[in-house]
Amino acid sequence: MVEHSRSRYQYIDNFLNKPGPTTDPDFVPGAPTISNLEASKVLVIGAGGLGCEILKNLAMSGFRDIHVIDMDTIDVSNLNRQFLFRKDDVGKSKAEVAAASVTSRCKNVRITPFNGKIQDKDEEFYMQFKIIICGLDSIEARRWINATLVSMVDMENPESLKPLVDGGTEGFKGQARVILPTLTSCIECQLDMHAPRAAVPLCTLATIPRQPEHCIEWAKIIAWEEHRKDTALDTDDPEHITWLYDKSLNRAKEFNIPGVTYQLTQGVVKNIIPAIASTNAIIAAACCNEAFKIATSCNPYLTNYMMYTGDDSIYTYTFEHEQKPDCPVCGNLAKTITVNPRHTLQDFIESLGERPEAQLKKPTLRTESTSLYFQSPPSLEKQTRPNLSKQLSELVSDGEEIGVSDPAFTIDFKFKLIFQT
Amino acid sequence: MTARPLTPPPLQGPTAKEKKYDRQLRLWAASGQQALEDAHVLLLNGGSPGVVGVETLKNLILPGIGSYTIVDGNVVAEKDLGINFFLTDHSLGKSRADETCKYLTELNPDVQGYPVQKSLRDFLGSAIPSDAPDRLSSLTNPNALDKYSLVLFVASKQNYPLLRLVSSYCAAKALPLFYLHSLGLFSHFSTQLPDPFPIVDTHPDPTSTQDLRLLDPWPELQAFAKSKTENLNTLSNHDHGHVPYLLLLLRFLTDWRESHDGNPPSEYREKKEFKSLVESKARTDNPEGGEENFDEAAAAVLKSLNKPSLPSGLRQVLEDPSSKQLQQDSANFWLIANAIQKFHQKHGSLPLPGALPDMKAQSQDYIQLQNIYKAKSRRDIEEVTNSLRSTEADLKRQTPVEAKEIESFCKGAAFVKLIKGQPLPVYAPNAKAPPTSLQNILDDEDSLLPIFLAFQAYDHWLHENSNTTPQTDPSAPFSSSSSSSSEEAKPPLEALKQSATQTIDLNAAGDGPQINADDIMPRIEPILAEFVRAAGAELHNISALTGGMVAQEVIKVLTKQYIPIDNTCVFDGIASKSAVFRL
Repeated sequence: MVEHSRSRYQYIDNFLNKPGPTTDPDFVPGAPTISNLEASKVLVIGAGGLGCEILKNLAMSGFRDIHVIDMDTIDVSNLNRQFLFRKDDVGKSKAEVAAASVTSRCKNVRITPFNGKIQDKDEEFYMQFKIIICGLDSIEARRWINATLVSMVDMENPESLKPLVDGGTEGFKGQARVILPTLTSCIECQLDMHAPRAAVPLCTLATIPRQPEHCIEWAKIIAWEEHRKDTALDTDDPEHITWLYDKSLNRAKEFNIPGVTYQLTQGVVKNIIPAIASTNAIIAAACCNEAFKIATSCNPYLTNYMMYTGDDSIYTYTFEHEQKPDCPVCGNLAKTITVNPRHTLQDFIESLGERPEAQLKKPTLRTESTSLYFQSPPSLEKQTRPNLSKQLSELVSDGEEIGVSDPAFTIDFKFKLIFQT
Repeated sequence: MTARPLTPPPLQGPTAKEKKYDRQLRLWAASGQQALEDAHVLLLNGGSPGVVGVETLKNLILPGIGSYTIVDGNVVAEKDLGINFFLTDHSLGKSRADETCKYLTELNPDVQGYPVQKSLRDFLGSAIPSDAPDRLSSLTNPNALDKYSLVLFVASKQNYPLLRLVSSYCAAKALPLFYLHSLGLFSHFSTQLPDPFPIVDTHPDPTSTQDLRLLDPWPELQAFAKSKTENLNTLSNHDHGHVPYLLLLLRFLTDWRESHDGNPPSEYREKKEFKSLVESKARTDNPEGGEENFDEAAAAVLKSLNKPSLPSGLRQVLEDPSSKQLQQDSANFWLIANAIQKFHQKHGSLPLPGALPDMKAQSQDYIQLQNIYKAKSRRDIEEVTNSLRSTEADLKRQTPVEAKEIESFCKGAAFVKLIKGQPLPVYAPNAKAPPTSLQNILDDEDSLLPIFLAFQAYDHWLHENSNTTPQTDPSAPFSSSSSSSSEEAKPPLEALKQSATQTIDLNAAGDGPQINADDIMPRIEPILAEFVRAAGAELHNISALTGGMVAQEVIKVLTKQYIPIDNTCVFDGIASKSAVFRL
């Protein structure tokens, strides 16, 4: 494959022309490895803060066949870090603009954009790639691609195992991880390391707010429902945010609570996570460094997790996260979960959304023998709805296994319910 | 759907700039943003290919630094195109400073970029006599770099004499200086910060910042606790379950003191006992089977019932001579520190920060409690301010310290950080790393200090070899203006090993324990072998990663928020690990 002039890749070629002290003995220096790198088709999921960096890094690391998928359009608040976009690009597809931007700079790199959801693509699509790199801000999307890649593994066919390199950032912090589906700890195994923020109890919002955030949540959940039920809340619509801000401010005045601002309203309503260029640069480059090592075997890759903290000096913690035998995706045992038998099924369903080890928002539940609750179709929902108010002890026995599915995920989850009073 | 009148935009709605920078303003606020916009960063990019410097700038231009200058005497070569994203095919043969500046400036129209196509020696030449680049005190223009706020110096072949000059210049001017070196799968950077470099706004973890004074309540707090808890047993279930946990603790502490000679629980054993006491007071015969406020109270016992002690970072500040011996021109920081020291001496505690964590409570009770904390905080700040004002008068200072500055110091006093900047720990024939740090390598087989020693050895080798090969541009080690790449200086492993041995011997020479270079060499050699493999050049990913780390540090230094490294960081791209050393 090495036909064109490689003179622009002199620095990479120097490096790949010989092994280093810790290079795998199977590494073949020179042309074979270089051809292999050029031919490696990689998929980048997400063309946002991490994605823009990842595309640049791959192009500058000798990868030449890159695909990128993102369903989002460019917003003005992206411009402080998503450096492939300009003011005139606001409103356009992130994947398309990012791809065009990199290829206009690097003529000999091909980037194929897809403006859409990862869920729109099937196994055949994912099967064509050698490595998949994720730069996402959604845990749900990560879990989906992780489960998909795990289910694609066919032990008879080594090509079916797609290394997944995943990055994530928040403020000055981030993490990079390498996952070999079925062989190492997967995203689902590590789910409890990314616990969702605890929700404020509804009764606090409704009757005893104390913090500005409580007033904003009240406006979003209760006031909106009361006054504008027929309009779907669009958190990108300034008019909607302004309405919520006004309502929050009035409620805060009523209770003498200081601190409601437009910025805070927007932050709470959209669940905004602070993001800066430098952190994205660190994490994206850590991910691409791993992809480069995997594609070339020039040195061992990360096993399997690096945590980065930059707000107090610089601290990295690199460790091997262990695979979990009760992982619903790559293990085969049911996950043990303790419940209060006096709680209702409704309480339990709500808790599944918040428990770090579950994080399921629309679960459908059944035991071996009966249906506990179905989210859809409407007929089954109606039929199982009466169970919601029943106590768990009326529906299942201590130690019983239940199956849970959620429209956001392709796989079923198994939980073993242990009663604890 | 019925037509609904549109809500008018709020008067305090976000400006265009606030919208663009929203995600970062949530980290460093308008004050941090202003500091960035006031800054002018100078990149001395003599290195080849110099990507680490360019990537650092990218991460500073995006968040809106005021301006930057790139000094780079190189001409764009084809191999630059494969590693430097801020060039195109049309850049070939043109000035690398001009071309990278052109593409970097596209990233943010609010930022000014200035290219300087000169070698570092020529650029600094107006300030430094070219016949004596090693002379430290021979700046012909003592204000040459005054317009810059921070200097980034990328390692290059003849860097030692130039770096030494820039380093002493920056030290004299209290100008922050960074030295960057990215090579193959490894990188290193060091900072030279002014001494002192104090940081007030350190952004501590909110959960670690609670200062509730439960062991030392002031009268208003005590009275409120009494009024809310004296009839605890007769309260309705609803009211009982909504007494703020702080007040519960104050009440049970009063009870405890009565039976313990007036002493609060202090030993771990006593605290456990007190915790059980708190738990036993919760009502369990309600439908919930317990009370959240009592759970919160029990959970807070171990961490909240501690005698106030002076945090080590603040102690260092208060005991610093600059804080004790004020001059008329002392920095505001030291004046406030001095006033806080007096406050602490008088009260045995710091000014109250006044922040209250959220807790289960009725809205009204919580707000009242919050106001009690705020009022006390305001009184403390006022006391500090008054003492500071009288010091100002004694010193006959013209401009009073701003109230806002006093307030933020008082509120964050426990987490104030002082960095004593010191000269860059880069290679210098007579510089020494403390011998103990070499011992650390032998004691800790995971230590990443060998990476730093390998870079030192590499710099040493570069220095030794800087005059042996003729160069058209002395600041460019592997000058890309030369047509043939075969002329590049490729370091031989044996020569690097020899440099490393010398470096270690140099470092080890001192009063510390005897270190044998042979014991440490096996740890350094694999890194040197990777340097040789990379032929002295960068890999894009490692430079991009390092450019991200350096940019984070630059932002922390310019905004004086969060805590920068002190003073050396290394990254290992094989293991994906970093470490920070004070050298």
